[in-house]
Amino acid sequence: MNKPFAITLDVGSSRANKTGSWRTERPVYTDRLPPCNNACPAGENIQQWLYQAEDGAEGGYEAAWRQIMADNPLPAVMGRVCYRPCETACNRAQLDEAVGINSVERFLGDEAIKQGWTVPVDATPSGKRVLVVGCGPSGLSAAYHLTRLGHAVTIRDANDRPGGMMRFGIPQYRLPRGVLDAEIERILAMGVTLELKSTVHDGEALLKEFDAVFVAAGAHIGRRAYIPAGDSARILDAVSLLHGVEEDEPPLLGRRVAVYGGGNTAMDAARTARRLGASEAVVVYRRTRDRMPAHDVEVREALDEGVTMRWLSTVARADGGRLLIEKMQLDDAGFPQPTGEFTELAADSLVLALGQNADLSVLEGVSGITFDDGGVQVSPDLMTGHPGIFAGGDMVPGERTVTVAIGHGKKAARSIDAWLRGTSASHQPRHDLAPFGDLNTWYYEDAPVTVRPELEAARRVSTFDEVVGGLDRATALYEARRCLSCGNCFECDNCYGVCPDNAVIKLGPGQRYEIDYAYCKGCGMCVTECPSGAITMEPEET
Amino acid sequence: MPYQHVTFHQTGSLAVGGRLLTDDQRSVQSGRRRSNSLTLGHRACQGCGEALGARYALDAVQRATGGQTIAVNATGCLEVFSTPFPETSWQLPWLHSLFGNAPAVASGVAAALKAKGRTDIRVVGQGGDGGTVDIGFACLSGMFERNDDVLYICYDNEAYMNTGVQRSGATPPAARTATTEAVGPEPGNRFGQGKNVPLIAMAHEIPYVATATVADLRDLEAKAERAMEFRGARYLHVLVPCPLGWGSAPKDTIEVARLATQSGVFPVFEAEDGEVVGVSPIRHRVGVRDYLRTQRRYAHLFQPDERTDIIDRIQRGADRNIKRFGLLPAGVQEESAS
Ligand SMILES: Cc1cc2nc3c(=O)[nH]c(=O)nc-3n(C[C@H](O)[C@H](O)[C@H](O)COP(=O)(O)OP(=O)(O)OC[C@H]3O[C@@H](n4cnc5c(N)ncnc54)[C@H](O)[C@@H]3O)c2cc1C
Ligand SMILES: Cc1ncc(C[n+]2csc(CCOP(=O)(O)OP(=O)(O)O)c2C)c(N)n1
Ligand code: SF4
Ligand code: SF4
Ligand SMILES: [Mg+2]
Repeated sequence: MNKPFAITLDVGSSRANKTGSWRTERPVYTDRLPPCNNACPAGENIQQWLYQAEDGAEGGYEAAWRQIMADNPLPAVMGRVCYRPCETACNRAQLDEAVGINSVERFLGDEAIKQGWTVPVDATPSGKRVLVVGCGPSGLSAAYHLTRLGHAVTIRDANDRPGGMMRFGIPQYRLPRGVLDAEIERILAMGVTLELKSTVHDGEALLKEFDAVFVAAGAHIGRRAYIPAGDSARILDAVSLLHGVEEDEPPLLGRRVAVYGGGNTAMDAARTARRLGASEAVVVYRRTRDRMPAHDVEVREALDEGVTMRWLSTVARADGGRLLIEKMQLDDAGFPQPTGEFTELAADSLVLALGQNADLSVLEGVSGITFDDGGVQVSPDLMTGHPGIFAGGDMVPGERTVTVAIGHGKKAARSIDAWLRGTSASHQPRHDLAPFGDLNTWYYEDAPVTVRPELEAARRVSTFDEVVGGLDRATALYEARRCLSCGNCFECDNCYGVCPDNAVIKLGPGQRYEIDYAYCKGCGMCVTECPSGAITMEPEET
Repeated sequence: MPYQHVTFHQTGSLAVGGRLLTDDQRSVQSGRRRSNSLTLGHRACQGCGEALGARYALDAVQRATGGQTIAVNATGCLEVFSTPFPETSWQLPWLHSLFGNAPAVASGVAAALKAKGRTDIRVVGQGGDGGTVDIGFACLSGMFERNDDVLYICYDNEAYMNTGVQRSGATPPAARTATTEAVGPEPGNRFGQGKNVPLIAMAHEIPYVATATVADLRDLEAKAERAMEFRGARYLHVLVPCPLGWGSAPKDTIEVARLATQSGVFPVFEAEDGEVVGVSPIRHRVGVRDYLRTQRRYAHLFQPDERTDIIDRIQRGADRNIKRFGLLPAGVQEESAS
């Protein structure tokens, strides 16, 4: 032994001292469910595609778009018409303002159309034939997903053009038809057969021709209300009005138009009336603004375009050129009650926007099928009481939006696939929600939301040009990067950096990290300092 | 200037790393090949701020010197938890002599290197607040006065932790330690005593003096690297919360340091040749209560009755720091002064 003076032992490293034995709790990486994902009726993995979009033009946008397409085949449409439940749920709203998820989605959808991105069909053909009744969002979504699962799909629709309410309801100033056509065309080009002007009458008979049927015939019948009317009164319903405009045969409305109802359809009818030349478009609604079913943005945009509102009012009688309006008052339960007070409103026509009923005739008389709430009864996997016949979208009870319809299409496709293969659709267990309180917001930059440009007012009342503009590459990137990545690691290196015991192993780009439990003392600093709340402490097993 | 944060990504450069940053925007600590001057298996308590601060600072110095650094350590936790004979956690040449002489030993090492013509090898002296502001202070002041080519780093945990939390010249007013108990009309450490060594170092007009905390890694790294651009005596004073001595949760070490800066209790600044040249502005201002509440050493200010008189006095001290160093840019509002 040749050691220096007074040295008796070889130098050793403290690595021999496995400090992991001190631990009573251990940090564990988790993936939590971001509130945006949780809220999306189409089941999009929003946090994931925003993360991909953060990489920007170098492949990031395309990867993000493909991630959306895994769930939703109509991003450019959704980026315009969705009512954005994701943004309502977004955690960032508690910090400054919600992430502009919808505007990034629109940017990605438009980018895909511009670049001609397509989705390949690589499943082996199953040899099964599926019929989809109705070429609205629900039918299109089902057809898209079924095709990707290897089934041969035919869509039959009563109309002369595809799209359902996206075309014959939602006006062009909110959804330009070029965008709608491009996204529908992309689905059809995957090998879907579309038969237009072919109304389906007998659902049950179809099972002789097809292995399974998905019925998504929507809700098109404008609801009527009994209103005493004189002979010269001009009364029509909102759905027919919007349909007529789309067919280039707008009905004559006159100069002063009253719209009866307080939903989004009422707003669209009033805004359309303005564009058709009405100098006055008045919405008559029984309750107050805060009770209106129409979304805030839609009301605001309508007001911006000179639409006026009569709250707490019902139409008691319609005559040529004038309406008799009764004032209402809300009772303690919030229901409107008549007051016996009347006023007059000059109006050349009255448009009823009181909601739509589903035309259930396709399924009436089919054995096993039952109806409720004005819709078809379906099981959680969207099968009707008749084996092999599934239904979704506006014709089943529930919320009626394009997004819900798309989600139903996806779900039905999976259920039909499982049913055809004799298996059951697999349900992945849901992660726990990622609450705002678990974020360490210190680390996020202050970054206000990007405001989408809007068309100037003059052009909004004279043309059907799109009102709301989109983001450009720079603003889309900025907006995507506002995402806090709730509950999911985004590789900021904080855990790796803040561990006083060097017990976090960085695995490299895309690989995230690992805890070195031989040395981790369980202080929990990585958990506290993780911005996204993607690490939790769990009690150590004893 | 203190580190200017990059502000264009979701976390910009507030976090340790980030996949969207370019290589030159990454911190030393984010690198998979950082030198880990203090390696695995050391015996510091859970959540020890001193262990973290030492790795942050020395890894940055090692990067700045290309791995050509010798460290001289005073007695204290940092020495005891890293080197129980014959083990060591240090992955750089490292010497320990006594509690009170680290600055003098470091001066000696620098003189020896100079004599050997090896001024490419740089010297860091380091120790706790006790070893620096109290017992080692004469050696430190001499080192400053001679302008010896040493960077001295004080890891300030505001008491003698290694021997059981006794008061030091860096212990703040009202804090309870083993020797300043929470009894009597003015419980805890007295007001108006103690030393502000960063300001004393500046009075020596040495080339570089800076304060930092474990809550702002980028700033700490930038200062360690900046210090190595100078020759002569340099001083870096790093606030390192001690969960054991402060009675704070081990998981909150960085958060506690952050609150110290955001309340104005601990001003973060930088000085060259005796003049302040930059400060780290407060980003989200908090009242001192938010800081004090995180630590059991201040528990007697909140129970059985809240000692508003004492808390207000501490607040006035923080306000004075804010004013004196200009820590509050226009527009930063108090978030909670509850
Ligand atoms: C004016 C208006 C504006 C709206 N705006 C929005 C909005 O901004 N955002 C939003 O999310 N939602 C909006 N909605 C709701 C949305 O349009 C619907 O919820 C959605 O289109 C429903 O999709 P679906 O596929 O179930 O039915 P639909 O879109 O109605 O499609 C059903 C299709 O089935 C066809 N069909 C019906 N019967 C038969 C048959 N027997 N044989 C063959 N084909 C048949 C129809 O021709 C139609 O093409 C709006 C609705 C209206 C009326
Ligand atoms: C001359 C002398 N006096 C007392 C001690 C005992 N002692 C060892 S470490 C220490 C306190 C260290 O306090 P500080 O420098 O603040 O470092 P910390 O442990 O807090 O990091 C004391 C008093 C000693 N080693 N030598
Ligand atoms: S911040 Fe991002 S992950 Fe969190 S809810 Fe909003 S969009 Fe989703
Ligand atoms: S007593 Fe404090 S300074 Fe010493 S090892 Fe423990 S936490 Fe670190
Ligand atoms: Mg100390």
